[in-house]
Amino acid sequence: MTVLKVSGLTKNFGGLAAVSNVNLEIEERELIGLIGPNGAGKTTLFNLLTGVYDPSEGKIELNVEGTMKSIGGLKPYVITGLGLARTFQNIRLFKNMTVLDNVKLAMNKSVKYSTLAAILRLPSYYREEQRVLEEAVKLLEVVGLAEKQTTLAKNLPYGQQRKLEIARALAAKPKILFLDEPAAGMNPQETTELTELIHQIKEQFNLTVVLIEHDMSLVMKICERIYVLDYGKCIADGTPDAIKNNRRVIEAYLGED
Amino acid sequence: MTQFLQQLINGLSLGSIYALIALGYTMVYGIIKLINFAHGDIYMLGAYIGFICTAQLGMSFFPALVAAMAVCALIGVVIERIAYKPLRNATRITALITAIGVSYFLEASTQKVMGTGVKTFPQVLANQKIMIGDVMITTQQIAIFATTIGLMLLLQFIVRKTKVGRAMRAVSVDADAARLMGVNVDMTISYTFAIGSALAGAAGVLVGLYYNSINPLMGMLPGVKAFIAAVFGGIGIIPGAMFGGFFIGIVETLVSGYGSSLYKDAVVYIILIIILVVKPAGLLGKNIKEKV
Repeated sequence: MTVLKVSGLTKNFGGLAAVSNVNLEIEERELIGLIGPNGAGKTTLFNLLTGVYDPSEGKIELNVEGTMKSIGGLKPYVITGLGLARTFQNIRLFKNMTVLDNVKLAMNKSVKYSTLAAILRLPSYYREEQRVLEEAVKLLEVVGLAEKQTTLAKNLPYGQQRKLEIARALAAKPKILFLDEPAAGMNPQETTELTELIHQIKEQFNLTVVLIEHDMSLVMKICERIYVLDYGKCIADGTPDAIKNNRRVIEAYLGED
Repeated sequence: MTQFLQQLINGLSLGSIYALIALGYTMVYGIIKLINFAHGDIYMLGAYIGFICTAQLGMSFFPALVAAMAVCALIGVVIERIAYKPLRNATRITALITAIGVSYFLEASTQKVMGTGVKTFPQVLANQKIMIGDVMITTQQIAIFATTIGLMLLLQFIVRKTKVGRAMRAVSVDADAARLMGVNVDMTISYTFAIGSALAGAAGVLVGLYYNSINPLMGMLPGVKAFIAAVFGGIGIIPGAMFGGFFIGIVETLVSGYGSSLYKDAVVYIILIIILVVKPAGLLGKNIKEKV
């Protein structure tokens, strides 16, 4: 079943086409890699898919309960509500909030009590807060941060901040998870742990995962299918083995001879 | 000593009012980095709504307080939607000038509708004097102080323990990231304006009760002083606004009590100048180093 279909997607910044006529078709529970040289438009593509930018042209369709729904131009928080969540290339946690509150925040959309109910301390407030707390702690256990609940996000070591971003994205209950360079700045040990974590959450939460990554060993090891961007255009897609031997991909990375 | 304690009590009452107004300044600044100069006029509107509720509709203190808070919350949200939201991506000076425009609009509209003269606020709360030794406390002062503390506790609860509070804190750190985590940022900003304006409305009713007289320009000076209180405590920081409000209120009454009430405004402005020179981020604020 196709969960995300992108056709003819283009984004122009002035005269520059940061993303140009990109087509993607992503199946349920696939693990997709998105690679390309610096400035190829990978993050711009993520920003288009998650609603940060409006597309200049093209269509983005998301499978919402069995029907393909066009999401291009919708507000980011609406798109998140439809089942897309992401992490960021440069970590963007809510630094002055606790680890627990970072995760709880991403659940806001599913929290069912009015502010008035909270002020009057009605049972719905206590019930929902308790549920959110339990779910948040479970997610923190998954990424191994359960002991750090009350730590401020900014005081976590770098590798744990990346994990917290993943937990926070999971809290939004996504069907498709976008990871923007999750292994950036990690040492080999941390990268191995991250690889396991990605596999684990994909199974546990029934996720489709799309990841941007420069660490080729990671990409080749875990991705089932890879799209390659260069100068905003999709120049190849296929299995890791096919991509490794693709002439255009080698040219894009190493230059033509 | 007696006089000092007496002035301290008077200062706490005045400081309560400043603190309630300062909270609105600081919350709005925290979330959209706007100094909402119309905020003092929301306080004035709160006093007038309290006046209408008590003098014309015959309500007692508590219902009038709640009504003023509710109407002010609504007015705050409408002002934000009409005047500030279209300028969300404009330069900060544009929004600031708009805020000054809104301020004049509210003052002039109130003058038009309610008349330019002073109105007498009805005594809806019995005002008994309680003597503790030689120090006098009135029941009104107790009511003002208790209402303020109650509202502050409620605010802390909302900000720290509810989903709206989490959203407000997240938006103030990184609005774009919050949006991508499913937070409706516009709604969160509306909530912030609603809560800040409700607190100012409460302050308006309390001041009407305390001083008995209200007028359409009464918001200007307390608005500026509450702004100074917010800057003093560290703008954008909620406990800072509470502390700053009480501090400015107490300083002002002490100056009136020991020196001359002629200097009370000047002293408050001098405090602003000193804090801006010595610790521009405010007493509870952290200096942010510019990253290169």
